[in-house]
Amino acid sequence: MSLLGVDVPPISNVTIWGSGPLGFNKTAAIYCFATIATILVFYFGTRRKDALVPSGLLQNAAESGVAFVRNQVIMQTIGPEGLNYLPYLTALFFFIFFSNITEIIPGVQFPANARFGVPLVLALLTWLIYNVVGVVKQGPLKYLKNSTIPPGVPMAILPLVVIIELVSTFVVRPFSLMVRLFANMLAGHLILVTFAALTAGLWALKVTVVIAPFSFLLLVAMTGFEILVSFLQAFIFSILTAVYIGSSMHPDH
Amino acid sequence: MAMLHLLLAAAAADPTKGLTAIGRGIVYGGAAIGPGIGIGLVVGNAITAMARQPESAGTVRTTMFLGIAFTEALALFGFVLAFIISG
Repeated sequence: MSLLGVDVPPISNVTIWGSGPLGFNKTAAIYCFATIATILVFYFGTRRKDALVPSGLLQNAAESGVAFVRNQVIMQTIGPEGLNYLPYLTALFFFIFFSNITEIIPGVQFPANARFGVPLVLALLTWLIYNVVGVVKQGPLKYLKNSTIPPGVPMAILPLVVIIELVSTFVVRPFSLMVRLFANMLAGHLILVTFAALTAGLWALKVTVVIAPFSFLLLVAMTGFEILVSFLQAFIFSILTAVYIGSSMHPDH
Repeated sequence: MAMLHLLLAAAAADPTKGLTAIGRGIVYGGAAIGPGIGIGLVVGNAITAMARQPESAGTVRTTMFLGIAFTEALALFGFVLAFIISG
């Protein structure tokens, strides 16, 4: 499909798996970068952990990251008992952040979470964790009872409420986690592509060159907005994982 | 009313593409109404809470982002569904 002289592939390409050996394409390369970046940030950021005062940019950044996840994500939602999950939540937050931030890095400009493979896996991992925590902490029958029957419900509508709560807890939570991350990144990427293609097209047709700067300004503003959205979506995924783990640990009576 | 005639003429000329486009527009347009109002309510109440008690601004801000993410997810379901509809 040709849009103002720029070749735009059809939207159904979102669901096509990549080519190359074992399907290794740009998305997989960005995920490899995100993994290696997370490992390197925390390996080199904790080299001098014996010193009393942290020094150097990387060590301060790594310690700020861990402090952020500890105070804003875990202590606000689970409390001190959730500190066992600090390593997993820090790794999750930084992995998602690094794979989102490539959306605005020139040359790459593609958020790897705009394909729903890895968001699905991360959401299923979260689902596994909060169910296993619930079963281990409360026993299987009590966990099922606490997650399907909210307190203070009259007996008459109990069957309906149980079905709704069952679907809400076991189906909607992981599905919404996946769709939230995937659709936010896909929508942001499509907006940036649309305004970039629009600017290029307006510039190419000599008649409309005067309008091109406005479209370019909006592209710059949306790029800044996408930095916020990349960080926010990583934070939301992590804090929702923490909230679900917390609600499995302490069911509200 | 003139728009309706144009829409129906477009749909009748090439039914598949036209109706698919109309369907996609209706799906996302309908899905965006509720969360638009919902996010407005969440942020408005968060602003009121921050104005009444400025010391709790940090906690309120964190909970506000959580509420925004929950309601925005519903609009995004519609967005993804609009793309899944094939034609």
